[in-house]
Amino acid sequence: MESLTFRHTTQKPLPGSVPSAITGVVASGNLEVLLERVLPPDACEVAIETPVTGYAAVWEAVVADFVARAQPGGLRISINDGGARPDTVSLRLRQGARLMEA
Amino acid sequence: MSPASTDPSALSWYEASARQRVAALADPGSFREFLPPTARRTSPHLPLFDLPRAFDDGIVVGRATLDGKPVLVAAQEGRFMGGAFGEVHGAKLIGLLRAARDLKPAAVLILFDTGGVRLQEANAGETAIAEAMRAIAELRAAGVPVIGLIGGRAGAYGGGGLIAGTCSRLAVSEGGRISVSGPEVIETNKGAEEFDSRDRALVWRTMGGKHRRLIGGADAFADDTVAAFRAAALDLIARAPAFDLATLEAEQARLEARIARFGDCRDATEIWARLGVNDPEAVPAMTTAAFDETVARVEEAHHDAR
Amino acid sequence: MTLAEILASLFPQGHRVRVADGLVGGHGPLDGVEATVIGIDGDTALGIEGALALSRAVLDAVRAGDRAPILVLVDSDSQRMSRRDELLGLNECLAHLAKALLLADQAGHPTIGLIYGHSAAGAFIATALATRVLAALPGANPSVMDLPSVARVTKLPLDKLQEMAKSTPVFAPGLDNMVATGAVHAVLDPARPLSEQVRALIADAPADDVRDRLGAERGGRPVARAVAEAVADEARLEARRG
Repeated sequence: MESLTFRHTTQKPLPGSVPSAITGVVASGNLEVLLERVLPPDACEVAIETPVTGYAAVWEAVVADFVARAQPGGLRISINDGGARPDTVSLRLRQGARLMEA
Repeated sequence: MSPASTDPSALSWYEASARQRVAALADPGSFREFLPPTARRTSPHLPLFDLPRAFDDGIVVGRATLDGKPVLVAAQEGRFMGGAFGEVHGAKLIGLLRAARDLKPAAVLILFDTGGVRLQEANAGETAIAEAMRAIAELRAAGVPVIGLIGGRAGAYGGGGLIAGTCSRLAVSEGGRISVSGPEVIETNKGAEEFDSRDRALVWRTMGGKHRRLIGGADAFADDTVAAFRAAALDLIARAPAFDLATLEAEQARLEARIARFGDCRDATEIWARLGVNDPEAVPAMTTAAFDETVARVEEAHHDAR
Repeated sequence: MTLAEILASLFPQGHRVRVADGLVGGHGPLDGVEATVIGIDGDTALGIEGALALSRAVLDAVRAGDRAPILVLVDSDSQRMSRRDELLGLNECLAHLAKALLLADQAGHPTIGLIYGHSAAGAFIATALATRVLAALPGANPSVMDLPSVARVTKLPLDKLQEMAKSTPVFAPGLDNMVATGAVHAVLDPARPLSEQVRALIADAPADDVRDRLGAERGGRPVARAVAEAVADEARLEARRG
């Protein structure tokens, strides 16, 4: 297993007031994303546990892209990965953010 | 913590996640989860095997209302480790069943979706299954119906099949399978001539929802929608049998009669023919409405002591 | 110990326990009452007919209403793995046997399991694990699955699994690990009369299911007890909130 953590500063907080949400399932080619509104409004942390080692650079890029687009300020995001492809990761992150904005 | 609930009459039980099933099964907005993912009660053992954990260890437990009545609910996630019983997964179910003993809800609902015991935590899983069966027997004796709903992709296999057999009542859909040894296990141990696990039609005939319903192994057959399972659950809660000597004597007689009558049958279609089903070959493709009519004419399907 | 030796040690005054097709059944005097004995001998797999024969004996005992002990002696294979057993509802038959034992327990019969050989999976759950107190004799070998099979399913090398098994009782087969998990309450001493030891087990039988507490104390199930309590606590708290 490999653990990765990425910390970002955002320009704004994620809208909405949902305290936490989860989306996805830990399964082959899939992942679960747990989002919690527990950080300062300009901070976002993404922690990943993955059984597939050696893809830190890909994760970093996918997370950076998500943070830039969604501006998920205030969120701690925890990922349990089952070996998902980057597009699936992006999709789940966006789904998760939408649940938090409700 | 739950995703936005979806229209229960449009949501496929088979395709839905455990969380989606619970949210759509319960009265809207009524579900409250115990030890939710934010509690991070994950398996302490899976990292040893280099396997990813899930924040809920593959089971969602909590309380809700069903038609306004309080119920406790457990839902297994069949896509995480095959919905199998590990230490935390099993303990969450046990905790729920023990709480039910004090709280006396209108029912406990178990949404099975499991391949049985999680091998990486086999001893804990096996023991938890025994604990669950004991707790269910105690709950039933205390008058709390325990209703099993089976229609997930992992079915109710292994110890899951035994827990299901301990419940007061079971609802099953076409895709739900109930069995102890799975097809692959039988094939691995006894050979493909005993059970060809790739023959999906054979798997469904032998272990699937329609066969279980026809022989009285389940009490309701539901369409593959959350709304259908909700309706079945409400109906079954109202006609849960007592857990006493009379019920178990009747079940003993029911099962002995089944073996006496069908013990020489090699295939489910032979059993269905002997049950009086006019066109047994047509059963797998029957619509729910047609199947319900067929069931209504089969006496064995209504021998429901369990 | 062989089954004959076990029965002789349990019933020094003699007994009426017979074995047929691997199924054990009969009675023997214990503390002035006729205990019921059921079981599986000779590493026999438990199928639908066997399960119903054993459950019949248990229900007969319950109907007698004498609250006499029921002893479940086990040296079995796993459940019988066949298409026919599953076709005819093996899950119902095994669950029915377990329910019969659980009903007997509720009706006041002490239910004591004794594993003296192998047992596994569904056969183990439906018999020994459905008793209130499960004891074992040294050399017993309960398992869910043997390590070579675990290696096949988990795709881990056997030598690595054997190494892991030394420090992680939660998955490894064998009596010590089932004791650590809390599934087996006690290991008996074959050098002392089993009648006395079983009498003590009956006298000390816990009122509740203590297996997860034992598992926590013995280290074989480090978190189950705490998780179950946490769920139950949250459930009671939520109920008070209404």
